[in-house]
Amino acid sequence: MTVTEESVEGAAEKPKDWLGQSIKRKEDDRFLAGRGNYIEDIDLPNMLHMAILRSPYAHARINSIDTSEATALPGVVAVVTGELLAQHNLAWMPTLSGDTQAVLATDKVRMQGQEVACVIAEDRYVAHDALELIDVDYEPLPAVVDPFDALEEGAPLIRDDKEGQTDNRVYHWEAGDAEATEEAFLEAHKVISVDTHYPRSHPSPLECCGCVADLNPASHRATIYMTSQAPHAIRTVFALVTGLPEQNIQIISPDIGGGFGNKVPVYPGYVVATAASLLLGRPVKWIEDRTGNLISTGFARDFHMKGELAVARDGQMLGVRVKMLSDQGYAYADAQPSKFKAGLFHIVTGSYDMPAAHIVCDGAYTNKAPGGVAYRCSFRITEASYLIERLVQNAAMELGMDPAELRRRNFIQPEQFPYTSATGFVYDSGDYEAAMDKALDMAGYGDLRAEQERRRTEGGMLLGIGLASMTEALGAGPSRDYDILGIKMFDSAELRVHPTGKAILKLGVRHQGQGHETTFAQIVAHELGIPPDDILVHEGDTDNTPYGLGTYASRSTPVAGAAAAMVARTLREKAKKIAAHLLEVSEDDLEWEHDRFSVKGAPSQVKTIQEIAFAAYTNHPLGMEAGLEGVHYYDPPNLTFPFATYVVVVEVDAETGEWKPLEVVAIDDCGVRINPMIVEGQIMGGLTEGFAMAAMQEISFDDDGNCIGSNFMDYLIPTAWETPHYDLGETVTPSPHHPLGCKGVGESATVGSPAAFVNAVVDAVAHLGVTNIDMPVTSAKVWEAIQRAQADA
Amino acid sequence: MKQSITVTVNGQARSAEIEPRLLLVHLLRDVFRLTGAHVGCDTTSCGVCTVLVDGTPVKSCTMFGVQVDGRSITTVEGLAANGAMHPMQEAFKEEHGLQCGFCTPAMMLVATALLEENPDPTEDDIRWAISGNLCRCTGYQNIVKSVQYCAEQMRQASAGAPS
Repeated sequence: MTVTEESVEGAAEKPKDWLGQSIKRKEDDRFLAGRGNYIEDIDLPNMLHMAILRSPYAHARINSIDTSEATALPGVVAVVTGELLAQHNLAWMPTLSGDTQAVLATDKVRMQGQEVACVIAEDRYVAHDALELIDVDYEPLPAVVDPFDALEEGAPLIRDDKEGQTDNRVYHWEAGDAEATEEAFLEAHKVISVDTHYPRSHPSPLECCGCVADLNPASHRATIYMTSQAPHAIRTVFALVTGLPEQNIQIISPDIGGGFGNKVPVYPGYVVATAASLLLGRPVKWIEDRTGNLISTGFARDFHMKGELAVARDGQMLGVRVKMLSDQGYAYADAQPSKFKAGLFHIVTGSYDMPAAHIVCDGAYTNKAPGGVAYRCSFRITEASYLIERLVQNAAMELGMDPAELRRRNFIQPEQFPYTSATGFVYDSGDYEAAMDKALDMAGYGDLRAEQERRRTEGGMLLGIGLASMTEALGAGPSRDYDILGIKMFDSAELRVHPTGKAILKLGVRHQGQGHETTFAQIVAHELGIPPDDILVHEGDTDNTPYGLGTYASRSTPVAGAAAAMVARTLREKAKKIAAHLLEVSEDDLEWEHDRFSVKGAPSQVKTIQEIAFAAYTNHPLGMEAGLEGVHYYDPPNLTFPFATYVVVVEVDAETGEWKPLEVVAIDDCGVRINPMIVEGQIMGGLTEGFAMAAMQEISFDDDGNCIGSNFMDYLIPTAWETPHYDLGETVTPSPHHPLGCKGVGESATVGSPAAFVNAVVDAVAHLGVTNIDMPVTSAKVWEAIQRAQADA
Repeated sequence: MKQSITVTVNGQARSAEIEPRLLLVHLLRDVFRLTGAHVGCDTTSCGVCTVLVDGTPVKSCTMFGVQVDGRSITTVEGLAANGAMHPMQEAFKEEHGLQCGFCTPAMMLVATALLEENPDPTEDDIRWAISGNLCRCTGYQNIVKSVQYCAEQMRQASAGAPS
């Protein structure tokens, strides 16, 4: 048969702008059918199974490891130890912050749950049986659990493996202007302090980590299926760590059952499975169990923060200063831009016109899991946002001012954008007061204050109202400031329009539920007029997508989304040349509308994008390259700065400390929304993780370094029963530099809402003298805080 | 060592020779190759492995394969019929009740079991029914809406059906 123009579908469809449409998700059908393709669903012929033996001690010397009984168990193919890996120079690996982390322990274990040995067997049950037959002789050492103790003179040295490391300090880092801040504090009418710990949390996506490593000795290719949010960066790291040539490594991230930052780093399991496959010549599958996930993979937060806010008599903010100590665990493994030692924590001035700021950050090694991943946030912004919003709440309390009014007096004003903050961020756009007013209005703020007063007078359950007006900085690059291990934080999009007018969009990012397959199709649809159903979005396959840094820190739409728009625009330029050729007019005589070029003044003279695509392969102008495809690497000129106001209303029983949210209002401004349904889904998920951290999530440790929170019975995450109902709204302040005016959104509510929940509880019991309750705000802590405040009074 | 079992899976009789210690979720996933039931915690906490055993939601990571000998199991793969989505699947798509999709099969099975017992559940009924199933992405609100939407569709369908 011959392909003819008439066989091209869709040419007659009515043009429509797909931007801002809540179309149903293209990716849903396979998940609804139970036909998603997650890591555990991948089985290869002749595949082996791997299980990991973990240390029961937080700190111990390994005297010996006897694997003979395990090796002799029928079905066991190999037992891998650190000693074996050391022979291949693989016992240690780099972290994303340029530190080192053990793959399998050789000299010592430095955290509970550390990987000590791996069994490779024909069957997963046999692999786990064999773990119990490995005999490790440990000599327990004193564990360093508290980061303040870790920095004391004489504390046991955790990283004695590192040359030149004489104490447990990881870094010292400062930002802002110490002198100017000092002066501001001298002028202060009041200085408000909040001394708080943002507890160690864990992203715990419902799917744990895992991989299937297939090093084919015949093809020399390493195909590694892996739960990775950043497959391209992982490929490069693997090439550097293993010495395998990069062209022979293919990282495939199949469907991912949630990531939230947990699936950005490289974990020992991936490396051992890959090494085992290389040594054995057979595919090796490793599926992590939940305990392994919770106790050994990337934790988040764990900042001890002492914040001070200087205010004038009228409430004007004069400056903020912070001393922060970060509990890094036994390796510095933050997944963050290398230039900033404490991520973007220096955005601690928040949404306020703050003349001066100074932050002093220290990191300490402890005998805990490494991590510091960006758990649903842009590199430590969550901690910063929490601190400033708690300070503002307490400032309002001390000044006897309404917290909304205090915010109103200090917000950066719309005309001040682009606004350069005291620590050097250039905020792109915002209208904070509009978002706050809308939130207050939706929550019925005035009535709530009256009701609060009534209950305080008449008795009964106390009412608390908490606000948080957060600004986030996300969408890294620009590459001049942002890189991971030296790889610049751009992102990419490749677009191929096929002869029949259908297209495939290939991206360097990798979604884990964010709806990229729909959202990015809508971006191309908006730019080129090809309906989203005609566009396949392909991600998570390094052989078949252009290089990119991955999906985390809300960077996909700000960076890869921009790349998608830009590549589509490039193709539209080429399409214009083809249209001019087909219509036999000059390019200057053409105008674009939705999905077609028409001749100015002769609107019936039209070529649709589908007709043009067909011609690109069948009738392109002489001297022009055939085809309609391109690739764009987008390096953003700046971060984007979404903002929001969250209002939380809680009811607190002062007798028992029990509390529950009655109302949660979220007004988010993420600029232009491509698919509002998906954006709202992200916000509700984000709010829930904010509530989770405020109310229950915590990874804690006993004095010996035993992890409390090693399963979902001890590490609590909210169910549908206690999760509140949300009321959402929006304002729209486009980003001036993003091609579509978009800002990131996936993490805003997780960043901003914890302070609103905590502020609400503190607000409810403030009249009893309570000024702070650390997260997670459990009933016991509320009750204790009330008792303490009453005793002090 | 191995035991023979026969079990009805999504209406079809299936037989297998299995070790007594094989978990039901591994029987379904590794032996029958039905991968819609997932594993998320190993401690009966997260619920992503939930399937229906004789119509009742069961966390299949905490039941042995040999225990379902002679019984009837419904997995997510059994929801659609004759090439058409089950109303619950349509509802989850309509109300954006899923994001990463990992908890979704289990959520839908629990919800269908709820509607079987209670065709007109309140929001509290729904939240209670799914409270043994965790979701990290959605914040549950759209899952609740999905179940409400499905209930409404099914009530309308049965009201319109000839008696």
